[in-house]
Amino acid sequence: MTPLPPALLAWFTARGWSLHPHQQAMLARAGGPATLLIAPTGGGKTLAGFLPTLTELAEGSHCGLHTLYISPLKALAADIRRNLRTPVEGAGLPVRIEDRTGDTPHSRRRHQRADPPHILLTTPESLALLLSYEDAPRIFAGLRRVIVDEIHALAESKRGDQLMLSLARLATLAPGLRRVGLSATVEDPPALARFLARHPDPCAILLADPGPDPDIAMLETDEAPPWAGGGGRYAISAILDEIRRHRTTLIFHNTRAQAELFFHALWLANTENLPIGIHHGSLAREQRERVEAAMVAGALRAIVCTGSLDLGIDWGDVDLVIQVGAPKNVKRLVQRIGRANHRYNAPSKALLVPANRFEVVECRAALEAVRARTLDGEPRGPGPRDVLCQHILATACAGPFDADRLYAEVTTAGPYAALARAQFDACLDFAATGGYALRAYDRWQRLMRTDGLWHLRDPRAGATIRMNMGTILDSETLNVRLRGRQGGVPLGEIEEDFAATLTPGDTFLIGGEVVRYEGLREMTVEVSRQPGCEPKIATFWGTKFATSTLLTERILDMFRHNAWPDLPAHTARWLALQREVSRLPERDRLLVESFPHDGREHLCTYGFAGRNAQQTLGLLLTKRMEEEGLHPLGFVATDYATLIWGLEPVTDPAPLFDPDRLRAGLEGWLQGNAVMKRTFRGAAIIAGLIERSHQGRRKTGRQATFSSDILYDTLRRFDPDHLMLQITREEALRGLVDFGRIEEMFRRVQGRIDALSLPRVTPLAAPLFLEMGRIPVQGAGRERLAAEAAARLMAEAGLA
Amino acid sequence: MNDHAFTLAGAGLRALPSGALFWPEMALLCVSDLHFGRSERLARRGGGLLPPYETRETLARLDADLECSAARRVVCLGDSFDDAEAAGAIGDDERLWLSRMMAGREWTWIAGNHDPAPLALGGGHRAALRLGPLSFRHVAEPAERAEVSGHFHPKASLAGQSRPCFLIDADRVILPAYGTFTGGLRCTDPALARLMGAGALAVLTGRRALAFPMPR
Repeated sequence: MTPLPPALLAWFTARGWSLHPHQQAMLARAGGPATLLIAPTGGGKTLAGFLPTLTELAEGSHCGLHTLYISPLKALAADIRRNLRTPVEGAGLPVRIEDRTGDTPHSRRRHQRADPPHILLTTPESLALLLSYEDAPRIFAGLRRVIVDEIHALAESKRGDQLMLSLARLATLAPGLRRVGLSATVEDPPALARFLARHPDPCAILLADPGPDPDIAMLETDEAPPWAGGGGRYAISAILDEIRRHRTTLIFHNTRAQAELFFHALWLANTENLPIGIHHGSLAREQRERVEAAMVAGALRAIVCTGSLDLGIDWGDVDLVIQVGAPKNVKRLVQRIGRANHRYNAPSKALLVPANRFEVVECRAALEAVRARTLDGEPRGPGPRDVLCQHILATACAGPFDADRLYAEVTTAGPYAALARAQFDACLDFAATGGYALRAYDRWQRLMRTDGLWHLRDPRAGATIRMNMGTILDSETLNVRLRGRQGGVPLGEIEEDFAATLTPGDTFLIGGEVVRYEGLREMTVEVSRQPGCEPKIATFWGTKFATSTLLTERILDMFRHNAWPDLPAHTARWLALQREVSRLPERDRLLVESFPHDGREHLCTYGFAGRNAQQTLGLLLTKRMEEEGLHPLGFVATDYATLIWGLEPVTDPAPLFDPDRLRAGLEGWLQGNAVMKRTFRGAAIIAGLIERSHQGRRKTGRQATFSSDILYDTLRRFDPDHLMLQITREEALRGLVDFGRIEEMFRRVQGRIDALSLPRVTPLAAPLFLEMGRIPVQGAGRERLAAEAAARLMAEAGLA
Repeated sequence: MNDHAFTLAGAGLRALPSGALFWPEMALLCVSDLHFGRSERLARRGGGLLPPYETRETLARLDADLECSAARRVVCLGDSFDDAEAAGAIGDDERLWLSRMMAGREWTWIAGNHDPAPLALGGGHRAALRLGPLSFRHVAEPAERAEVSGHFHPKASLAGQSRPCFLIDADRVILPAYGTFTGGLRCTDPALARLMGAGALAVLTGRRALAFPMPR
């Protein structure tokens, strides 16, 4: 066994610490080319990652950078720096540790490039940027180890793909570089290991003791959950009781809007003035930091939060986690539960609060999945090509490159191991010439080839390329400030699309307060406080997670039972009634109910494909119905069903579900849909086709940028096979369009459609009538809305 | 009718949903800020390589408007080309297409701030043009009356949709940018708010020209 350096061992012993078995194992395997450590929260994972580094640096002969630590959060990098300094300084080790993120001052960043520390803590974006400088080979020449923290989270997004391309580059600059991945519990460790390792190197997988089973239950309330909707406001008094009974409670919500609404309602009921805070990604940084500081100081009894608290940082003494709304995804639930009792070998305590009747079933399914220790996760697709385009441009910024060598290097990155040369060449062509079929920028290429090497035509372009690097797509957001002196107090930010729908006088919630929209000034939304007033517009967009395949399968399994003794009586009765008047959906069949209601014909499809896919299905089905003269008027989608209403009854629904016709719809008219345009925009920004708009630059007033929708329409018209459109179609299988889940449903169902014609609304369909987010079938709809609004404004102004 | 009809200094004008202004009495079609060659200019300056199709897309729309209105006179209100170099760099097909449209029409290029005047292309070249009661120029002059201008690329939002728009008051009309790859300036911007008098209308382009009070 590799021994710890004596100084460090002495320091540990003096504190009565001893190494966990997985920490020992990490030391023992320090020489392997790649190691993936999977350990629960609080298992000393990060220290395990650093022990080999501290051991190797202890004798003090290494010069320059030795270990690069990469985390998904800037705050985590700073946190780790503080935590790591304690043993390093305590044991008197000759080790210099620094962090480098977007927040690091320019002068320090320049100093770091000239004289790198032994350990540099950074983020995937900052690393990609460092690699784009000409002096990257010098900075990274002596690098020995790279530690990727929270790799399970990075692997879920394009940030992970970008990072793996950066590691492929690093391996060229520093041969023999060893990789370590630190991960929370995941469903498929070998897949994550392949993602991490340099292809085709082997990757050892170390599994730490997962710790005791969590203490997890559904919150029992006197009042039954409502039939539809989200938010869990019915459970507020029961939740306040739990807050009183515990030291510190984290209350997770799935969307920012729901967190805001809940926080507002919680305070109205909080007669004892228990200190409760709110934390989510739309709040101003100052506000978030205040809540974080109060939390660490133990001054808060509860925090209402969203995914912004999902990762990493230790928020102190949390002893209860409450998840409001169905968790949608078991893995995320397990990670959230791990936030409670952030100590090794103590069971975490958690409560699930279903927001509506259907979520009671979903929460039950999630509880059983957690107890059975099964986790969900969709297999990862191959590395996205928009990220590769960016990587090629960034590589050119660092200096001339040879295409054959770069291709060989890129295919050592796990996500790109299967990338074909033709695909790589198409990305290179895009980066160099734009890749257009009809007219080339022969004189103004971005990259040129001279003496067999590719380089920037205009070296000044490097600055623009660097400014646009990264794969995180901020939605265009506007700051919200209180109107008043000196620019006013910042409250947070809202999405530009949401801001565009506001008119002066509208009230909405942000940071738990009701504010009144006053106007827009220089890209800042000005508001005034409006205490005690009901918010008129309750919502601004947040992520809408789709329920995972694993959870929907568990729900469908539950439907096969004869009775449901584990479910609350109200929910069991509801399911029994559905079975009596119609039938319950089954895994390998598709239930389609049609019934009249309120003078309209309705069609309800239980596809269980998740919210995004059910919504896409709604778009495609209504289009098909329009073609058939069935006059659909609108639809609404949830994670499990799509309800369509229209003027004509659907007597034979089966032909509507012809997979080939629906696929043709996706290829054809759906391409013009706003969701596709948003997907395109993301890919175009990452690939470097359009520049990100920077808040500072937009302030100049004149909008130099124009809508990416125009580019999309132009490409569709003149160059339908362009690489950017190929990438957009590929992305449409996942994400907001999620056509992959519809395909999966077709495979499951194999044409077995149960079409039931019923006299009235069925129990399972009833809650859908109460759902928000009804989508009118397009056509003249939007035009009519605008025309009506114009007529109203003209009339108000006395002009019509 | 999809147009918005109005009068300026006694001249009966129509704001077309495409963003062009039509003066039936003179059979005159006026467009502003075509910005031909924009993608090429951005490429030259080392930015992203945008789809190089905006010139033909803009020409196609202009062709359709000319066809539909049977205009005999055309006034391009400046910034017709993204810069002087772009005027020399447009493709042969596009140049031919433009010449075909210009043939048999009285065509006036007004100088903009991006392009002085595309001399190689024929047609008349002016800093400004006076025709009947109206004067045409690139940038509005605050003291001027009965004026048709462009330059600002105004846009406005209605029912959550933001689109290029005309701005019209008793003294002037400001045209939206007609070119395909052009951004816009919100009409709430002080530069526009100062220029436009009380009671100004915004006329949104799109499928129908929609008039409503100019947001301030």
